[in-house]
Amino acid sequence: MRIAFFGGIYNNYLALEAAIADAHSRGAQKLYCLGDLGAFGPHPDRVFPLLYQHEIETVQGNYDNSIGNNLQDCQCGYTDPHDNHFAQISYDYTYANTSPANRDWMRSLSSEIRFEIDGLRFLLCHGSPRQTNEFLWESATSTAFLERLANDQQADVILGTHTGIHWQRELSGGRRFINVGVLGRPENDGMTNVWYTIVDVGRQDAASGQPTPQLSVEFVPLRYDHERLAAEMRYEGLPDEFVETVLTGWWTTCLEVLPGKERRSGRF
Amino acid sequence: MSASLEAAATGDAQAASPSKSCPSVPLRSLDELWFQVAGTRCNLECIHCFISCSPHNDKFGFLSLDDVRRRLEESVAFGVREYYFTGGEPFLNPDMVPILELALTYGPATVLTNATVLKSDWIARLRAAEDESLYCLEFRVSIDGPTPELNDPIRGERSFERSMRGVELLVEHGFLPIITMTRVWDEADDQRVLGQFRETLRKHGCTRPRLKILPRLQIGAEAQRTEGYGRFDRITPEMMSDFDDRQLICTHSRVITDRGIAVCPILLDEPAALLGDALAESARDFPLAFGACFTCYQYGAICTNPTSKSVE
Repeated sequence: MRIAFFGGIYNNYLALEAAIADAHSRGAQKLYCLGDLGAFGPHPDRVFPLLYQHEIETVQGNYDNSIGNNLQDCQCGYTDPHDNHFAQISYDYTYANTSPANRDWMRSLSSEIRFEIDGLRFLLCHGSPRQTNEFLWESATSTAFLERLANDQQADVILGTHTGIHWQRELSGGRRFINVGVLGRPENDGMTNVWYTIVDVGRQDAASGQPTPQLSVEFVPLRYDHERLAAEMRYEGLPDEFVETVLTGWWTTCLEVLPGKERRSGRF
Repeated sequence: MSASLEAAATGDAQAASPSKSCPSVPLRSLDELWFQVAGTRCNLECIHCFISCSPHNDKFGFLSLDDVRRRLEESVAFGVREYYFTGGEPFLNPDMVPILELALTYGPATVLTNATVLKSDWIARLRAAEDESLYCLEFRVSIDGPTPELNDPIRGERSFERSMRGVELLVEHGFLPIITMTRVWDEADDQRVLGQFRETLRKHGCTRPRLKILPRLQIGAEAQRTEGYGRFDRITPEMMSDFDDRQLICTHSRVITDRGIAVCPILLDEPAALLGDALAESARDFPLAFGACFTCYQYGAICTNPTSKSVE
């Protein structure tokens, strides 16, 4: 079975539209979204019809929890005043432009989705299975910690997003942690594409005669009309710093939470 | 709180909780393991140091490479997410470079240093170790003001100049040090001080400054410099209702010292803070009986990096 996983959308309905088409063209039978529908980009309400129409099951991210529950901020937990300044602009815009019906829908979302395929127990979350807004960066997360999460949660495949950069780690017993990346903005690597993830699950006959579950993961770079997104962001009066990220692929804000290794690979 | 811990907690000479009742918190999950790798030995003698580190303070000793190896191995079963190395000045420990190289094979590592004794070949080795590792090596450099005039009266003569040379060395090797400063100014001046610091760091080649302000901890040398905690500077049971106790480092950390395992890096001088020799033994509730607990309550997760701060 082939499944596509989309990370934070951040109002980027153009990338979501492109990702849905791309995933279908690659034969994905099921689509999931791991939350954070709003933030950063323009026209929040354009994301929801796509999710509804394509029956994309969605995990509640911290942003969705905030908007859905009429909170004052996004609960990203930034520690730097400069980062919080931009986060608040983004939040206030998104909140003001999200319909009450869509807010209600976000409030109704669950913080995790579980299912089992061919004996593999999948757990979909936003940040980490234990805390929606926990950042699990590749360079700041030990394998021992991920093993503990998999044990505690009784899961074989844990999928999350939240940090904005895709990565994966193989764990003992064929288990896996996968950060699926985000559709909302590029990955701070100087490229304008965004990323989503395709997972293939199947069974393979083993020497013992017992079929064993097989998992393969593909991170998919996705091009979309980023220039149109940038134009719409400008028209909506969103900060030039956000537009710059869309057009250059470099993050300009909310940098203080990055570990040194991830920060070093960016420009700012 | 157990009777023995309560008895030990009364060793806090700066007045126990007036109500005699204080809340306790469990170790919810061992996310960060600290190593008091240089004990209380430091080449500086900062007048605000909460554990009074100095060239002469041998209360806690160095950890050897073998000590650290044994503890890293012990920590795996607990699913520790990241490791911190502190002192005193960690780079006084002759094993410090191999210790960090070893730690990076287990998980992310952060070392808290004053950067005054760093050597170029050490930093080159550590950069190579980080490049080979899945994990990040963070340097947290303690400097208490953007000028020698602000910093040196606290940290010692020429310490600003020496620390900035260390920062330059780190930047030359591609590290992005996190500058941590204890707030020895009025809190209202934070943004002005941070702005000055960014400017100073840019002049020293640090074009992407990462800054962290720490609150003063009114214990150790700082209690002598200014004042200790008052008798009402304590966490009450009422204060814990609707409070997310993950903000307290003792719910997700422990510290390896040469005298056993301590509850947090701040309370080392308190006998009650030592919780035994094995990590499993240290995983018990801790009474929030101290003035420093009150500061941790007010500011939250003050010891961890911004990347791992628990947020809600």
